[in-house]
Amino acid sequence: MSIADWTEADLGVPGHVLTVVRAPSAVLSTPSPLVDPASPEVVQLAADLVATMRVSPGCVGLAACQVGVAAHLFAVDVSSHPKTRTSHGTFVLCNAEVVEATRKEKGREGCMSVPDLTGDVKRATRLTVRGLLPGSGEELVVETDAFEARALQHEIDHCGGFLFLDRVAGAHAIFPRQTYQ
Amino acid sequence: MSLIAVTVIGHDRPGIIADATAGLAALGLNLEDSTMTLLRGHFAMMLICSGDRSPSEVEGALAPLAADGRLQVSARAVPEEDGSGHGSLRPYVLTVHGGDRPGIVSAVTGVLAAAGGNITDLTTRLTGDLYVAIAEVDLPADADADDVAVRLRAAGEELGVGVTLRPQETDVL
Repeated sequence: MSIADWTEADLGVPGHVLTVVRAPSAVLSTPSPLVDPASPEVVQLAADLVATMRVSPGCVGLAACQVGVAAHLFAVDVSSHPKTRTSHGTFVLCNAEVVEATRKEKGREGCMSVPDLTGDVKRATRLTVRGLLPGSGEELVVETDAFEARALQHEIDHCGGFLFLDRVAGAHAIFPRQTYQ
Repeated sequence: MSLIAVTVIGHDRPGIIADATAGLAALGLNLEDSTMTLLRGHFAMMLICSGDRSPSEVEGALAPLAADGRLQVSARAVPEEDGSGHGSLRPYVLTVHGGDRPGIVSAVTGVLAAAGGNITDLTTRLTGDLYVAIAEVDLPADADADDVAVRLRAAGEELGVGVTLRPQETDVL
């Protein structure tokens, strides 16, 4: 199947909204172990990640470690973001890895787990990622670009125990997140 | 021509830079490098200016800035630095993040110093419990960067903080 055809209804279980953990938390700085995509725990966690992402304003991706679970999966949905070019809608990938990454560009990133800071990070804008669907375990290859590529690299970094802070371009590339009223 | 280093630090308000630079301009001084930021809400500026004036003349011209006691101003003569003589160097970016505790920066920068690394820029931020330090570091060309990264991570693990060291990407167009 195409990843764009997948919906969280395919998981067959309702998702619960979980609490997002913030840095410094050890689970965010530790590589997450690979998972069995067919296990009921992973299917439930996939549903929970989507549910938590949906209720979080501006959230375009959420990795399992961000809800305190050391497991190599994440949810992504950039479909309503203005910087998006290609979008595959809502999807969850287990054990995902970058196959090919080209055309790096700098962009400003934030993270629900680092709510007070943003940073400029260079990411590939053409990206090929391979991963497994939760439930069926089917292997899929996702080719994407622009903002979805950035989101996928950010989430795969989470699974490797890295925050965007570990990728920022320099000492003047982190910024306090301002809320102007 | 001599160089004078000026620092201004204290309570932030609109107009500090306008007032300080007006005082320097009135003395005919030329602003060379400068940096300004807010550190935990405090105004903090350092600059180097050049001209035929003494540090005491500069402090005198900037005295109105410090008149209400909420800003500290200092001016000191500094020698010319030619910026060369450091041999062959490679630029890296260092990130440290983790729970706040005393000694994080000293432990990590001690590893860099032992490897001959020179920090050329440093920003640290404390937000809530999260402490973040980002440094730009020049390592000697013959330094084993992978080995330095391993030692940095080991120093970080002792403090319970994550440390990454990666080459700085520079695009020359």
